[in-house]
Amino acid sequence: MGGWAIAVHGGAGVDPNLPLERQEQAKQLLTRCLNLGISALRSNLPAIDVVELVVRELETDPFFNSGRGSALTEKGTVEMEASIMDGPKRRCGAVSGLTTVKNPISLARLVMEKSPHSYLAFSGAEDFARQQGVEVVDNEYFITKENVGMLKLAKEAKTILFDYRIPTAGLETCSAGVDSPIVMNGLPISVYAPETVGCVVVDSQGRCAAATSTGGLMNKMTGRIGDSPLIGAGTYACDLCGVSCTGEGEAIIRGTLAREVAAVMEYKGLGLQEAVDFVIKQRLDEGQAGLIAVSRNGEVACGFNTTGMFRGCATEDGFMEVGIWE
Amino acid sequence: MGWAIALHGGAGEIPLSLPVERRKPREDALRHCLQIGVEALKAGNPVLDVVELVVRELENNPQFNAGKGSVLSCNGDVEMEACIMDGKTKKCGAVSGLKTVVNAISLARLVMEKTPHIYLAFDGAEAFAREQGVETVDSSYFVTPENIERLNQAKEANRTQLDYTPPTPKDLNNEKSIPNGDSQLGTVGCVAVDNEGNLATATSTGGFVNKMVGRIGDTPIIGAGTYANNLCAVSATGKGEAIIRGTVARDVAALMEFKGLSLKDAAAYAVDSVPKGTAGLIAVSATGEVTMPFNTLGMFRACATEDGYSEIGIWPSIKN
Repeated sequence: MGGWAIAVHGGAGVDPNLPLERQEQAKQLLTRCLNLGISALRSNLPAIDVVELVVRELETDPFFNSGRGSALTEKGTVEMEASIMDGPKRRCGAVSGLTTVKNPISLARLVMEKSPHSYLAFSGAEDFARQQGVEVVDNEYFITKENVGMLKLAKEAKTILFDYRIPTAGLETCSAGVDSPIVMNGLPISVYAPETVGCVVVDSQGRCAAATSTGGLMNKMTGRIGDSPLIGAGTYACDLCGVSCTGEGEAIIRGTLAREVAAVMEYKGLGLQEAVDFVIKQRLDEGQAGLIAVSRNGEVACGFNTTGMFRGCATEDGFMEVGIWE
Repeated sequence: MGWAIALHGGAGEIPLSLPVERRKPREDALRHCLQIGVEALKAGNPVLDVVELVVRELENNPQFNAGKGSVLSCNGDVEMEACIMDGKTKKCGAVSGLKTVVNAISLARLVMEKTPHIYLAFDGAEAFAREQGVETVDSSYFVTPENIERLNQAKEANRTQLDYTPPTPKDLNNEKSIPNGDSQLGTVGCVAVDNEGNLATATSTGGFVNKMVGRIGDTPIIGAGTYANNLCAVSATGKGEAIIRGTVARDVAALMEFKGLSLKDAAAYAVDSVPKGTAGLIAVSATGEVTMPFNTLGMFRACATEDGYSEIGIWPSIKN
C-alpha cells in the first residue's frame, strides 16, 4: 500500500495567450486547494471528505467555472451540476440544474447519503436542498460581471461555447475558432468550455474518491446536462482508482471516459499512468479533454489532449506539482 | 452473421403467480413489438430507426412503464426519460424530466441529431420539444388508473416501513421495494444489429413509483442503462442506482473489448457484478448474437435472429 495522493483540476483547454497574471492567480488557487487537501489527509480525513472539501473551496472561489463564477446559460442564468463517488462501495451522488445551492458538490454528497436515489435534478434537487437545509443564495450570487460580458460575446459570435478568458478585444481569436469549427455531436461549434473543477484523492488506507463540479458551457441551452454529473463519464471511483474528467462534455460522455480508466486497469491490467494515456489517446476520437486520477497504491496521474490543463497534484512522499501547460 | 433484435419491458421481482390477465397483455405487446422490429430489419431500415420505432411502440403501450403507462413520482406526476445511441458513430441523445412529450425516445433522437448537446432535461427539454414540433399532450394522457393505485400502495408501504422500521444507512442506499407487485417494473428497451453489423440501442422509462421529484435513473445515462459501440448494443433495466454505480451497459462492451469475452459471457459477468435482484439486460453483438440475462426473478423480454430463432419470455427458461 502506498501513501495518500491528491490531484485537483480547474479545467482542460487553456487560451495560449492567457495573461501571465491570470496564470499566476490560477496556480495560487490550485496550490491553496492542494494544501487544504493535504492537511485534511494528514489529519486522517477519509478520501470522500477530502474531495468534497477541496471542491467546495474551488466552487466558492469565483476563478473557475463552478459555483460562484459559473458559466451562463443562453438565458443569462446559472445552472450548476456536480457529482461525487466513493470508491470502496461505489456509492455515488449527483445533481444537475441547480440555481441557488451555494455548494453543489455538498448537495451531491447528500443525495448519496440521505436519499434513496443517486441523481436529482432541477426543481426536485432544489426542493431536496431546502429539505436538507444546505446554504442557498440568490442566483445573482453566482453571476460574475466577467461572465455577463463573455455571454454577450458568445452570443455575438453565435457560438454555444466560449472560452471566457479570451479578451474582449480578441474577436479575431473567436472568429478563428468559427472558421475551423470543432465538430461536437455532429454539429460545428466553436471553442469548448474549460474550467470545470474536480478533485481525486486516495487516503492512506487506500480508499479512493472523486468529485467534479461545473457551471457547464457558456451560452448553453437551458436544461443541458454535461459529463460532470454522470457517473462513469465525468466522475468515477472504485476500489482501484478515482477519476475526474474535464473538457468537451459530449466527447467525455460518449467515451465513458472516467469509467474507461478504471475498466482498462480492471480488465486489461494496465497501470494508472498507462490507463490514463490509453484513454486520452484512444477514447476521445476527435474530442478534447483532460483528466486526473489516483490509484489505491498512492499513485497520481493526469493526461490531456488540449492546450494545457489547470492542475495540481501531491503525494505523501513529498512530491507536489502545479501546472498549466504540458 | 445476420440481423438480430431483442427488446425488454423491464426486469424485477415479477411474481410467478402473476395473474394471466396481467401476463397475457404484456406477452402480446412483446410479440407485437418484436414483429414490428423484425419487419423493419427485413425491410432494410437503419438500425437506429428500428430501435426508435420499437421503443415508440412500447412507449405507446400502457402495459409498460414508459410513455403512456409511466409510473408516478411522489407528487403524482410523470417524469419520463429516454436515451438512444448509435454503435458505429457512438452518437447519442438523452432526455429526462419530460411531462408532455408523447414519445420520449424520439426527442432523445432529436437531441442527438439537432443539438450540439447530448442530454437535455426538464424545462429545457420540454422547450426543445416544442421548438422541434414533436407531439405533446396533457400530462394526464400518461397517467393510468393502475398507476394511481400503485402510487397509493407505495406511499402506504413507505409509511408502514417508516412506522415500524427505523431507517438504517443500508435502507437509505437502496430503493425501497414494494411488496406484492410488479409496480416498479416496465422500463422498455430495444437493441438491434443489421446484417452489416451496424448496432443501435434505445431505452425509455417512467422511472419508479413514488420516486422523488427530479430523480434521474440509469436509463438516460450513457454507459449505465444504455450503450452501443462497434462491438455490441446494450439496454439495461432494474434498480437504477445499482446500474449507475455498476456502469452496467458499458461494462458489457468493456469486457468484450478489454478482456476478450464473448457477448454472452460479458453480459452474464456484468449482471453478476451487481447485487442480486437488481438488474437485467438485453444485448446484441456485431456478429448477430443475442443474449438476455437477468438476476431478478424475471424480465419481460423477446428476441429474434435472422436464422429463425425467436423467444418471448418472462421467467428463466428451463434450459437456463
